[in-house]
Amino acid sequence: MPMETTQTPQSDPAELESRDMMLNIGPAHPAMHGIVRIVTKLEGEQIQEAEVEIGYLHRGFEKMAETVDYNGVIPYTDRLNYVSPLINNMGYCMAVEKLLGISVPERCHYIRVIVSELSRISDHLTCVGASAMELGAFTVFLYMIKAREYLWELVEKVTGARLTVSYCRVGGVKGDLPQDFAEPCAKAFEETRKVLKEADGLLTRNRLFADRMIGTGVISAEDAISYGITGPFLRGSGSDYDVRKDCPYAVYDRLPFDVPVGTHGDNMDRYLVRMEEMEQSMRIVERALADMPPGPVLVNPETGRPIPAAEMVDQAKMGNIVSISGTSAVACPTLEGANHTQHPSIATDEKRVFLPPKEDTYGNIEGLMQQFKLVMFDHGVRPPTGEVYFPVEGANGELGFYLVSDGASGAYRLRVRPPCFAIMSALPKLLTGGMIADMIPTFGSVNMIGGELDR
Amino acid sequence: MKTSLLIESVTDRFPDVVLASHTYRGDATVVLGRKSLLKVAQFLKEDPAFEMNFLMDLTAVDYSAFGKRATPAFFASSGVAVKPSPQIPDEDPWPGPPAESRFAVVYHFFSTAHKHRLRLVVPVEEGDAEVDSLIPLWPGANWLEREVWDMFGINFTGHPDLKRILMYQEFEGHPLRKDYPVNRRQPLIGPVN
Repeated sequence: MPMETTQTPQSDPAELESRDMMLNIGPAHPAMHGIVRIVTKLEGEQIQEAEVEIGYLHRGFEKMAETVDYNGVIPYTDRLNYVSPLINNMGYCMAVEKLLGISVPERCHYIRVIVSELSRISDHLTCVGASAMELGAFTVFLYMIKAREYLWELVEKVTGARLTVSYCRVGGVKGDLPQDFAEPCAKAFEETRKVLKEADGLLTRNRLFADRMIGTGVISAEDAISYGITGPFLRGSGSDYDVRKDCPYAVYDRLPFDVPVGTHGDNMDRYLVRMEEMEQSMRIVERALADMPPGPVLVNPETGRPIPAAEMVDQAKMGNIVSISGTSAVACPTLEGANHTQHPSIATDEKRVFLPPKEDTYGNIEGLMQQFKLVMFDHGVRPPTGEVYFPVEGANGELGFYLVSDGASGAYRLRVRPPCFAIMSALPKLLTGGMIADMIPTFGSVNMIGGELDR
Repeated sequence: MKTSLLIESVTDRFPDVVLASHTYRGDATVVLGRKSLLKVAQFLKEDPAFEMNFLMDLTAVDYSAFGKRATPAFFASSGVAVKPSPQIPDEDPWPGPPAESRFAVVYHFFSTAHKHRLRLVVPVEEGDAEVDSLIPLWPGANWLEREVWDMFGINFTGHPDLKRILMYQEFEGHPLRKDYPVNRRQPLIGPVN
């Protein structure tokens, strides 16, 4: 029909000229947590192709680890996942302990579990808060950072630092938990639970939030596994793999907790999994605090606090031995928790691995020799030759350390399996076909941590 | 499956391919010739007794400096020869580097169904550093192989896009090789201003 042929091309949308558009997002973009670059090919608002470029934060962790001794790597591990450094500390130390073939005291295991669960909660709070903020919920972000602050105050009480904690040691931890740790812990959890309830009320049934989370960034459990995705991201897809349950380490097999699992594999399920995991982590900490073997009592029975060393000397000079016998002095605030009496419950009794308590270092020749043998250049911890792989459940998934030793004082090769590396490698698949606006919640749920991804 | 049984099953299935095997600290390790890597990996993934659905990690080790690092002369024997506690498995001693060749590509597999892990080690010669890519079986191998290429210069046959991932394209050398000095400087790149 002639009528049809005279139709102008402009009137039919399918005939309109369209061009793909390349859109470069990042490396320094507010939504790209840290620095990562995503090059997208767009048709309209739909992502046709996405290419993820990483490496902007590469610091040569694995190369550096070959140049220092075994305990020297610990500060570097703080900077892998800098939102939950205690889990990295723990994973690395347990890998070296596996290589050495030593075990740590039970109380030390409990301490490690407690601090790593605190880290997990703060990591999830950051992830959920940040991705909610990117969807416009700034209030939730502030609330969650407030809750994180309570937890970091606990971390500060235990380790003396907030971010770069360097708390674990090969063969133990730096110091015991502070006296009556359960009390501030319960207070912080009360506040955290309030925040979680508030956030849940603000987000979960909020259409502005849910409409952007439900059905976006979908990945099936099979696909997720084929990409090596672990952690909350995988559990959102329905697989219940959790290193703490399936390959239990430390004392996780004795602590009751549930592994929340999603069904749809979308951003909403991952958000719900993270929200529930925080509750479960608090459950673990509360149970661990109740179950852990008691540490030595260090308080002065009269005042209810440890005695400063100077005060103890004064008391002794006045012959007031009865009131101070059976209690210990606090020698130095930076060594809190590492006194002679606490030492056996936080560190392995293998003298060739762990530094002696300072009272011994300065008090007798054996302690001094032990200290020197561990801190002198090229001495230190010297495991036998061998190779081990040790996985722990990081906040983002399985955090593995593969260690090869040639018997020298430093690692021959240290490889980290960073959990968000696998998730990032699946990101192009998650983004392709979706809208550009969906990229924000999907990328937020990855919880990309540059320090861990690029090492 | 128990680690000893894991090794036994792989060895029985591929007797002429498995070069060596050991269990050290409870980690089952099988050393393979590189020709048969894809075949064995597929078997591990699909066999119902193994069901290794996770390629957890893929990395490499440069063994060229193994045992050659300086030790202090007086105290060379002061290393810890710790006797493991009874809870820690210590069936075999570690037999040392997997082969004479310089590199070893190391694969860590895990099965969510059986909760067992297996490490495959594929020795690779320096002059002919090439291994089959595992992307057809696990798409997650893509980035891991790119990283090994970036850091060690080991080629992966069949990889669709083998380019640097952590370092930039103009970077010279492969930094995790043992002959790459830790303090080496690289030329500045980018527009000259």
